[in-house]
Amino acid sequence: MAFQPINSIGKYFSLMFRVFSKPEKFSVYIRQIIFEINNLGISSLPIIAIISVFMGGIITIQAAFGFDNPMVPIYAVGYTTRESVILEFSPTIVCLILAGKVGSNIASEIGTMRISEQIDALEIMGINSAGYLIFPKIAGAVFIFPFLIAISMFLGLWGGYVMGISAGACSAYEYIFGIQAFFEPWKLYYSFTKVVVFAFIITSVSAYYGYYTHGGALEVGRSSTNAVVYSSILILMFSLIITNLFFNR
Amino acid sequence: MIEIKNISKAFDGRQIVKDVSFKFEKGKTNLIIGESGCGKTTIIKLMVGLHLPDEGDIIYDGQNFPKLSVKEQQEVRKQIGMTFQGGALFDSQTLEENVMFPLDMFTNLSRHEKLDRVNFCLDRVQLTGKNKLYPAELSGGMKKRAALARAIANNPRYLFCDEPNSGLDPKTAIVIDKLIHSITEEFGMTTIIITHDMNSVIEIGENIMFVHKGQNWWTGDKTQVLNTNNKELFDFVFASEYMKNLFLAGKK
Ligand SMILES: Nc1ncnc2c1ncn2[C@@H]1O[C@H](COP(=O)(O)OP(=O)(O)O)[C@@H](O)[C@H]1O
Ligand SMILES: [Mg+2]
Repeated sequence: MAFQPINSIGKYFSLMFRVFSKPEKFSVYIRQIIFEINNLGISSLPIIAIISVFMGGIITIQAAFGFDNPMVPIYAVGYTTRESVILEFSPTIVCLILAGKVGSNIASEIGTMRISEQIDALEIMGINSAGYLIFPKIAGAVFIFPFLIAISMFLGLWGGYVMGISAGACSAYEYIFGIQAFFEPWKLYYSFTKVVVFAFIITSVSAYYGYYTHGGALEVGRSSTNAVVYSSILILMFSLIITNLFFNR
Repeated sequence: MIEIKNISKAFDGRQIVKDVSFKFEKGKTNLIIGESGCGKTTIIKLMVGLHLPDEGDIIYDGQNFPKLSVKEQQEVRKQIGMTFQGGALFDSQTLEENVMFPLDMFTNLSRHEKLDRVNFCLDRVQLTGKNKLYPAELSGGMKKRAALARAIANNPRYLFCDEPNSGLDPKTAIVIDKLIHSITEEFGMTTIIITHDMNSVIEIGENIMFVHKGQNWWTGDKTQVLNTNNKELFDFVFASEYMKNLFLAGKK
C-alpha cells in the first residue's frame, strides 16, 4: 500500500510516454484533435460564460461595499476586480470547474471503452490506443483552454461592470479607470502559463484514471470521481508552485 | 499457421491456463471448445498479446510473438482481425465508421474504395444498408455480426472470433459459421473460433481443441468429437440426458 502513490506516478509517466510516441497516421489525429477542441472546449463555453459574468459581478460588489475606508479610492473596485479575475478566478477557479466537467467526461468515456474491450480492440488492430485516445484530448485542451479562459476574463470584467454599476457600487468611469490602473503584462503570462499546465493536468490525469479502469460500470464511476478529485488537487498544488515561481522573486 | 507451445498463465496465483500446446492450421476453421470459465478467452488473449504468458511460445508463421519488439508486434497485429465476446464496437462511431476504421488507419484507399469495401463486408454479415446506425441501436446479434464485418474489413491473415454466434438465433448462427468458414477457405486465413455451440462444432469443426480446467484435454475433428470416449468431452458434447440417450440408442 505504501508504494501505491509511487507506483501510480510511474504508471502515469509510462502512459504519457506512450501518448506522446509517434502516431500511426497523422491525418486521423488531426481530425480527432479538431473533434476534441469542440467536444472539450467549445461545448464548455455556456457554463464558463454564466459563471464568469456572475463571479465578476459578485467580486465587484463585495469590493465596493467592503471598502468603507474613505482613504481607499473608488477606482480600487475596478482594480480589485481585474486582479482577482485575471490572476486567480479565471485561470484557477474556472479550470477547477472544467476539471469537474471535462475530467469526469474523459474518465468515464475512456473507462467505458476499457471495460467494454474497445481499447483491447484498438490494440489488436495494432493501434497505440493510448496515443490514439489520449493525445487528441490533451492537444485539444491545451490549445483551446487559453481561449476559453481569455473569454472568461473578459466576461468576468464585463459582469463586474454591468452588475457593479447597476448595484450602485461605482461609476462607469471609475470602474473603467480601475481595471486599467497599474496593469502589468507579465501577470497575463503567469495566468496563461497556469491555464496551459492545468489543461494538461485535467486531460492527462483524467485519461489516466479512465485508461486504468478495470471491472464494470461501478468502477467507471469511481474512476470518474478519482479523476475530478486528483486533477483538482494537482491544479491547486501547481497553482501554488507556479505562483511561487512568478511572484516570489 | 499459428502454433502455441506450452503456454501457461496465472492470475493472482490462480492457474487459469496450464501448459497448453496446439497447432492452429491455415485455411481451416480451428475451434476452441469447452465449458464456460475454462480459460478459452484467456488463451486467445494470450495469443494476441492482450495478456503476457507466464511461460511458452506463440509462433505466427515462424515469428515468436512474445519475443518481438512492440513495433514488430504491431506489424503482426495489423494482420489480425478479432471479434470480442461483447462486440467491442466503438460506441461513438456509426456501423460504417466502425467497419471503415481499420481501413482509415492502415490503408491509403480512396473514400469511394473504402465505402465499397465496407458495404461488401456489411453485405456478407447480412447488415446491408445499416451503415448509419450506432452500436447502441443494434441488437446483440447484430453487434456480433458488425464486429465480424470490422474484423474482416482489412483482409486479415489471422482471424480470432470469441463466441461469434452465442446469443444468435440458430439460423443466423449457422449463417455466421458458414461465412467464417468460407472466408477462411477463400483467403487462406488462419481462423480460431471459440464456441460452446454444438451446431458450430458439427458444422465447421475441422480442427478442434477441447479445453478443460485450463488444459488442452483433447484434440480432433468433428467426426471424432461424436465418437469420443473421453469422459469430459462426452459430457460436454452430450450435455442433455435426452441427447445422450438418443445418441447411445443410435449406436446400438
Ligand atoms: N484479467 C483477469 N484477471 C483475473 N482473472 C481473470 C482474468 N481474465 C479471466 N480471469 C479468470 O480466468 C478464468 C477463465 O476465464 P475465461 O478465459 O474468460 O473463460 P472462458 O472464456 O472459457 O469462459 C475465469 O475464472 C476468470 O475469472
Ligand atoms: Mg470467454
